[in-house]
Amino acid sequence: MSSAEQWTQPGENPAATAAKPTPEQVIAGLRATSEGGTELVQLLNPEGERIASPQFDRYVEDVDAEQLRGLYRDMTMVRRVDREANSLQRQGQLGIWVPLLGQEAAQIGAGRAMRPSDMAFPSYREHGIAWCRGVTPQELLGIFRCTDHSGWDSSATRFHPYTIVIGNQVLNAAGYAMGQRLDGRVGDDGGEATICFFGDGATSQGDVHEGFVWASVYDAPLVFFCQNNQWAISEPTERQSRLPLYQRARGYGFPGIRVDGNDVLGCLAVTRWALEECRLGNGPVLIEAFTYRMDAHTTTDDPTRYRLSDELEAWKLKDPIERARVHLSRNGLADNDFFEQVASDTDELAAELRDFCVNMPDPPPDRIFSQVYADPSSVLDAERDEFLSYLDGFVGAGER
Amino acid sequence: MPDYKQFPLPDTAEGLTEAEILSWRVKPGDEVQVNQIVIEVETAKAAVELPCPWAGVVTELLVEPGQTVEVGTPILTVDVDPGGTASAASDASGASAAPSASAAKNGVQQAAGPAEAAPAAGSEENGAPAEDEMKPLVGYGSKTVTAKRRPRKDHGPASDVQNGTFGPVDTPAQESALLEGSAVPLAKPPVRKLAKDLGIDLRTVTGSGSGGVITREDVRHAANGAQPVTVRTGERERRVPIRGVRKATAQAMVHSAFSAPHVTEFLTVDVTPMMELRAKLKDTPAFAGVKLTPLAFAAKAMCLAVQRTPDVNAEWDAESGEIVYKDYVHLGVAAATPRGLVVPKVRDADAMSLAELAGALTELTETARQGKTTPADMLNGTITITNVGVFGVDTGTPIINPGESAILAFGAIRDTPWVVDGEVVPRKVCQLSLSFDHRVVDGEQGSRFLADVGALLADPAVAMTY
Repeated sequence: MSSAEQWTQPGENPAATAAKPTPEQVIAGLRATSEGGTELVQLLNPEGERIASPQFDRYVEDVDAEQLRGLYRDMTMVRRVDREANSLQRQGQLGIWVPLLGQEAAQIGAGRAMRPSDMAFPSYREHGIAWCRGVTPQELLGIFRCTDHSGWDSSATRFHPYTIVIGNQVLNAAGYAMGQRLDGRVGDDGGEATICFFGDGATSQGDVHEGFVWASVYDAPLVFFCQNNQWAISEPTERQSRLPLYQRARGYGFPGIRVDGNDVLGCLAVTRWALEECRLGNGPVLIEAFTYRMDAHTTTDDPTRYRLSDELEAWKLKDPIERARVHLSRNGLADNDFFEQVASDTDELAAELRDFCVNMPDPPPDRIFSQVYADPSSVLDAERDEFLSYLDGFVGAGER
Repeated sequence: MPDYKQFPLPDTAEGLTEAEILSWRVKPGDEVQVNQIVIEVETAKAAVELPCPWAGVVTELLVEPGQTVEVGTPILTVDVDPGGTASAASDASGASAAPSASAAKNGVQQAAGPAEAAPAAGSEENGAPAEDEMKPLVGYGSKTVTAKRRPRKDHGPASDVQNGTFGPVDTPAQESALLEGSAVPLAKPPVRKLAKDLGIDLRTVTGSGSGGVITREDVRHAANGAQPVTVRTGERERRVPIRGVRKATAQAMVHSAFSAPHVTEFLTVDVTPMMELRAKLKDTPAFAGVKLTPLAFAAKAMCLAVQRTPDVNAEWDAESGEIVYKDYVHLGVAAATPRGLVVPKVRDADAMSLAELAGALTELTETARQGKTTPADMLNGTITITNVGVFGVDTGTPIINPGESAILAFGAIRDTPWVVDGEVVPRKVCQLSLSFDHRVVDGEQGSRFLADVGALLADPAVAMTY
């Protein structure tokens, strides 16, 4: 059963059986996958109203109208990139696309909470984080067009290449954060932190468990940012955990917190707090951003086969961009000109992205050898030379 | 001027090769915007809506709902410049100007796409199509993916591989003039390791394995300075067209094996009394000039046993939905001839005496061996016997002749230790096996028939009781 209060203590008679659970047990079970009432940090409700939070208000007190408009613009631009790329896949221009639709607030909130010196380890859906790290949407396309392994400089942007293997990046991030700690870059407000992104499904992976353990016992400055979008492809969250995911942190010995993942302000505040904790040496921290994947897992997936459209309709009412828009309009923080300007910016960005995608050159064949090791490797150099001379053996080689 | 572009069906998932057209959302004459949904298709993975890559006017729908279309097939024609404002130069911009290789791979192409326009020149030279079937590593629903293999500059071992022939190679497997840039040799990792350990450059080794793969043996030969093993498959195989009796036999056997559920039962019989009777009868005037073979006794026993178990002498008539029981026996006798297996019939064998039957069998087999059996002689059998014993074989699981319900295999008669009255004595023993069509004959009838035949051969006097 989901919480300790409901467990049968030694010496007690069982209060219930699996066939006849107590009402408390039923509620506790539902809470594992529901929004969790008072446990949920929320600064902007679905109606776009600002909710006061004694704990977290101070983390966003500097956020003025301009910054709010910026967050709205970020989310809108990223959504447009996502939709355009999805269409490009349907037109045969990309091999696959991984939509982020519905998760814009979680990503823009977290991404804008980061400092340039912080390091991010994404999975493969973090197009919003990429946007905040200065990785252009164009740079994202190589992987999804299946012509490149990664399209950006992960040292310069401090944005690690996308990781396809589920949960694997949590180990990379734990190691990186341990390094930050061992290098003495932690301990005051000028410190560094690492943030690692993964989904609800990844929490069932051994790699994520190991990452939690290592980061915990080495006090690594690592924010585990779990976007619980309710579905691990076709498996619902109730098949991942018997208690709310953020509560797992307690078992590892670090704080866990659940934030409304469709509330960009809430995500910004909570992530700022978590990164600050890490910089000061109080990490790690687990954030569960409670959100919803409004589109398919990838373009290869068909969600109508495993979930009802009712659910999607319910979540549309909590749309992250819509609530930011309502908040801006209602409080007179943005006028119509602003929204029109953003709309035309997204059109322009989409057209640029489309044009770039269909004209995109394949990387040169030696590209697969170029970023394998930090230092030159004689074995790899020999393999590269052999491969290139093999390619030269074809009729017409060198003409492309 | 109008500028027509065709939208080829994309692979919407990973490695799918086709999709079914569900419905069109546009019709000719409609104006479309970029990313406007124009069609819904269903693949093995999902039903998906496809957005149009261009703005313009729909001029033609090239496929219809219900059709299954291969990836890459043009499905829609759009005039992207219906007003005629664009100059010819601008035709080269946009989607159609994507680098040819990636554009062809990813699907957007002009009406005459680069995929078709780039034939594999080298493969034509070699006289073999340079295409290999490849299976995707992941996903499902995919049938086959055709990969075009690019032609190579030189005609080293790789060309031979493409050609599918592995003739003797002139170059000895020593340090040769093979330069960098020649084909990467095909070898499994352990073989590569062996070559490395022995200091052999795999590019100097000719593979004897299937498809030109270098084997462990090839590397060892190369290390010993020996000639690589060459396989001359072409000279050691013969190809004979399938026709005539071979073809007819194959068709009949396949038809029977896959339509009639076969059951085969076995019985070992001491036929010494039958052999003694045969020796006695041979010297009698009635059998003078007759070749009285054990097969004749077996045939006679079958004809007698059929009277008690008519089920084995019946036909399953699937068309009329009836079982046809036959009150006569046209006994088929399987005969090996230079033309192949033929099964001529002894008409009304049940009405014949043993001597008549023996004479008929002799005549029948003679005719068959001379290749003179007419097609009419082979029609309308009711049950068959096959004498595998003449080949020195003990038994088998014969396949029923189509149109019949049972076949008996008559094995070789051998001197065998046998228990008679509690003592082991040498006896003439043979094995019988009966295959029957379980649609018509159950185990009870099949077993009874087989036991009856056995009993008649084990003690021909039993025939008195029939």
